[in-house]
Amino acid sequence: MSLFELIITWGLIIAFDELKTDYKNPIDQCNTLNPTVEKVKKIKRVKIAIKLVLPEYLIHFFFCVMFFCAAEWLTLCLNLPLLAYHVWRYMSRPVMSCPGLYDPTTIMNADILAYCQKEGWCKLAFYLLSFFYYLYGYAVSSDRRTTQHGSV
Amino acid sequence: MCFTILPRLLPGPVQSYPSMYPITGYYGAPAQQQQSYPTIPSQAAPVSNKSPITNSAHSANYYQNNHPQQLQQHHLPQHHYNLQPFQQQQHPPYTTSASYYGPQSYHASPAQQSQQQQQQPSLVPMAVSGPGGPLYPIVSYPSAPGSSQYGTLSSSQSTTQMGAPLHQYGAEPPASSASGHSGYGMAPPSQVAPTVNGQGSTAQNAVHSHYSQTSQASLSYNSYGGVTQSSGGADADRPPSGTPSASVHSSPGHHQGGDTSSSSTGSASPVPNSYDSLEGGSYPESMPPSSNVTNQAQPYGSYGYPGMQSAYRQGPASHTDASPSHDLYGQSNYQQYSQPFPSLSELSAALGGLSGVPELEVEALRPINLLQERNLLPPRPLEAPEPNLSPDLKKVNCSPQTFRCTLTSIPQTQALLNKARLPLGLLLHPFRDLQQLPVITSNTIVRCRSCRTYINPFVTFLDQRRWKCNLCYRVNDVPDEFMYNPVTRSYGEPHKRPEVQNSTVEFIASSDYMLRPPQPAVYLFVLDVSHNAVEAGYLKYFCDSLLENLDKLPGDSRTRVGFLTFDSTIHFYNLQEGLSQPQMLVVSDIDDVFIPSHDSLMVNLKESNELVKDLLKSLPALFSQSRETHSALGPALQAAFKLMSPTGGRITVFQTQLPTLGAGKLQSREDPNQRSSSKGAHHLGPATDFYKKLALDCSGQQIGVDLFLLSSQYADLASLACISRYSAGSVFYYPSFHYIHNPAQLEKFQRDLERYLTRKIGFEAVMRIRCTKGLSIHTFHGNFFVRSTDLLSLANVNPDSAFAVQMSVEDSLADSSLACFQAALLYTSSKGKRRIRVHTLCLPVVSQLSDVYAGADVQAITCLLANMAIDRSLSSSLSDARDALVNAVVDLVSAYKSNVSNLQQSGLVLPAAMRLFPLYILALLKQKALRTGTSTRLDERVFAMCEFKTQPLQQLMRMVHPDLYRLDNISDQGALHLNDTVVPQPHLLHLSAERLSRDGAFLMDCGNVFYLWIGKCCNEMFIRDVLGCPNYASIPPNMSHIPELETPLSERVRAFLDWLQDNRAFSSTIHVVKDDASAKATLFQHLVEDRSEWASSYHEFLQHIQQQVSK
Repeated sequence: MSLFELIITWGLIIAFDELKTDYKNPIDQCNTLNPTVEKVKKIKRVKIAIKLVLPEYLIHFFFCVMFFCAAEWLTLCLNLPLLAYHVWRYMSRPVMSCPGLYDPTTIMNADILAYCQKEGWCKLAFYLLSFFYYLYGYAVSSDRRTTQHGSV
Repeated sequence: MCFTILPRLLPGPVQSYPSMYPITGYYGAPAQQQQSYPTIPSQAAPVSNKSPITNSAHSANYYQNNHPQQLQQHHLPQHHYNLQPFQQQQHPPYTTSASYYGPQSYHASPAQQSQQQQQQPSLVPMAVSGPGGPLYPIVSYPSAPGSSQYGTLSSSQSTTQMGAPLHQYGAEPPASSASGHSGYGMAPPSQVAPTVNGQGSTAQNAVHSHYSQTSQASLSYNSYGGVTQSSGGADADRPPSGTPSASVHSSPGHHQGGDTSSSSTGSASPVPNSYDSLEGGSYPESMPPSSNVTNQAQPYGSYGYPGMQSAYRQGPASHTDASPSHDLYGQSNYQQYSQPFPSLSELSAALGGLSGVPELEVEALRPINLLQERNLLPPRPLEAPEPNLSPDLKKVNCSPQTFRCTLTSIPQTQALLNKARLPLGLLLHPFRDLQQLPVITSNTIVRCRSCRTYINPFVTFLDQRRWKCNLCYRVNDVPDEFMYNPVTRSYGEPHKRPEVQNSTVEFIASSDYMLRPPQPAVYLFVLDVSHNAVEAGYLKYFCDSLLENLDKLPGDSRTRVGFLTFDSTIHFYNLQEGLSQPQMLVVSDIDDVFIPSHDSLMVNLKESNELVKDLLKSLPALFSQSRETHSALGPALQAAFKLMSPTGGRITVFQTQLPTLGAGKLQSREDPNQRSSSKGAHHLGPATDFYKKLALDCSGQQIGVDLFLLSSQYADLASLACISRYSAGSVFYYPSFHYIHNPAQLEKFQRDLERYLTRKIGFEAVMRIRCTKGLSIHTFHGNFFVRSTDLLSLANVNPDSAFAVQMSVEDSLADSSLACFQAALLYTSSKGKRRIRVHTLCLPVVSQLSDVYAGADVQAITCLLANMAIDRSLSSSLSDARDALVNAVVDLVSAYKSNVSNLQQSGLVLPAAMRLFPLYILALLKQKALRTGTSTRLDERVFAMCEFKTQPLQQLMRMVHPDLYRLDNISDQGALHLNDTVVPQPHLLHLSAERLSRDGAFLMDCGNVFYLWIGKCCNEMFIRDVLGCPNYASIPPNMSHIPELETPLSERVRAFLDWLQDNRAFSSTIHVVKDDASAKATLFQHLVEDRSEWASSYHEFLQHIQQQVSK
């Protein structure tokens, strides 16, 4: 699951980089990034239907819920700031009638593009770290389980 | 390879040169030619400097005669340009002369043009400041600080002191009379003269000897073939010489020999000497310094140039040899002229201190204590500062009206830019109506292979065959075709091609530049016919105006029009040819709009002309009884989109109220009680993204949407404007429009509409802005859709909208001394031709902070900051934006204090170049768009913001900081002499009530409106002579025109007003404001230096700044 997050963020970074280096039209770009019902046709045509932002947010939210259920308080605390950031980011998105975060008319603004890119890199780092952290946690817990199991 | 350069339709066979290349001509001609060339430079140079203006007037005429033969090759859609009012046939066919002359040559009006020309004579002696440079206003600025501290009307003082420079304008009566009939043909002597040489002979021919064109043509082409052939040979023999300009001096007699080695002109600049030399080739007569060019030219001209080109080629040889005296003279001049050249040959050295405008720079840097100096305004409206370039580069640089940079000296690094605390950006007016524009038809458009930059005057020719791009520094090959110069009909001089001689050129693009066949001109009018619209009564005036201008709509035989009206339903009109009368089709299903009939709604204007006229005549009556109050704008726009999407084109929407039905319906968001809140305004952004998405769809289908909002109520312009903003349209707003109650708005509407319907238009356009490696584009401002980092998608482009671009310095520019910007606008003309208009601006790069300040362009900076403030107020809040503006001043003052000014004096010190900055910022803060406290309707505020984003700089500056003149004592002193009229030039006054006096009459020019304020005790003579009223009391309250009276005073005033009107696209209305009238308030709100209820006065503002700085 965490791998998905990594992949998504990586995709996001690539997307913005493409935008910056001029390969893609921002309308197309925002269409792939924003999942829109009416643009599905277009996306089909493009055939790269990576609707990236919302899945990322949802997966992250799902993680947090899971951590909450498993009473993993420390991990939850680590993830809460990002969750809050996601909520804030979505609340302060430009006026839009469809779900999505990026506005094709402003995304080419150097400030916003740079911000999005930076955001992508930061998240990538965060997800990478947490990926290893979860892996470690998994190893430790399964180790503990096996040792417990063995002792019995 | 055909070049068509004249703004006229030329009959004649289409000839193509390229086919002639391979033909082996005879060898004799070139040999002679070689001999003939040596003298060329020598003659040209003196002429260029000395010839009196009258000559150039003649030369303009030559030009004209000259066209037919010189440019018979092609038939271009010249009429395209003829649409412009000023586009008369006076232009030189190929305007190298004028455009070469410099940035000023593209001025919007003949008036201004000749003003500059008249400046010219006075400037010629000042070689240092660059020929062709307009007088820098600061020079004449009275620099006596504290001479009139406060109080007293200082107009008298300024008249005496500032009169001096003005005299120069009108000092040359003969010149002015000459300019009268030559229009702008009389470019500065320095250019015209050489051009006369090159082409005058042809012209003569055209006049004196009427040969049959065809036979001449064959002859001349043959000889031409010979030339090329031989020159090719010469080229092969001669290794490209590496040191370009050296040869110019050492052997002027040789280097041009085969006209092949372009070594002499290898330098980056479109060297005037080489140009002259080229042109001079055809002009063998010796030229006494003060002689009249045309007179000299005539005898020679009768040689019959076109008919016998070989003869013409031979001519120079004998003549030049025969006149050693002039040769000598010429050489010395030539030498002198090109003296800076050896060092200029390298691009890097091209600028430096060579340009020699130290006085100006010193003046620009003179520290000014704003708290002490009261008279900051120059006597005449501020002009753009001249970049500190070498005179040669200056001459070819892009006109500041088209292309302006906030810093005319580009800081080398971002660190330096940050230190200066000034924004770096460009202000562009790319599709401006130009009087003269070289149009080039060529099979290959020469561009850099890596960055795709168009070849321009600032590239470096390494040798004959290679040029170095000035943006990415890649070395490119010069294609064969480019070796031939159609202007001079010579081969092997790529650096003299029009592309390399003009910083603004237009190419006729080939099919490589088309994604689809060029679209026809398609216009769809979407009209609101709800009850509200009928009440406002705009429909009749719209229909009348369209009827009147139907034939003037830009387009060709393919032009299509359509109409669509809407209230709560949508009405289509079937105008198919053959119907006896228009058919109305009503679609009432607004939730799922469909097009009732596909092929008959958009009809060919030619074929269905009668039906269209019928419809326009019957429309107003058709809906006069409408009781439907709802407005389904959203569905109507969707229908319009569907109707237009196969072709693209322009949708013109007239809307009179808030859309209340269907998709895109809006609610009133304005709280009238908040109008005058000092906290700022809310709801500046759109309420829905419906209009934005529709605009993006439109943009994708090459549809531009222009919005006319004529609403008396709140109509949520913030949301509606999106439809135009992202589809590159324009927005017009007429608050409280009513055809009876508001005659002023009605008049404005009619005037705007006339301009709107007849102005030029470009379809399916894109604009790319390229800049020197190291610079990058940060943000764009204006109406468009940004397709990629440097590409704007413009569904429609119109001549009245401008763009702003914020730039940043990404990499150090240390290794280059020049920074260049190129804006290329690719569009389809209304005649269905794909065209590319290319503007190139070249600016020096500096490493010193003081140089950055010396080159700061205060008007451009103000405009760019205004754009940034609008963005800020949308993304953050209005008060944030206002704070940012104030901080911009505070930052500048403290940066200047800590870094540059070493004076210990206290007070608010700024360099002279920026002395108006605090005043302009204060004026910005008092604009409708950004003011707080004063009651401002939301729609008006949003509209003001739209205008900030799209208005060209000059217009915007007049709106922000209006020009105030005193008219009652207007005199011809220092007046401009244009054609037959004398245009008085009163001095600018500060915008403060203390400058108004009761016994005077004052004119305020606010860009889109004039106010003529009549003081209570105004001279009765003025009232009688100008307004035609016996006394003050009898002036009617709503007077909005100046009667045409036969008195000298009235003539002067009207000449001045007409002259002001000529400089703008949309004509302005004039309001006569009496001292006691209630309209006085509208005038007084423009007096930005005064204290108002909610805003501080200029002096208080300065004190506030000072406090902030000293904190």
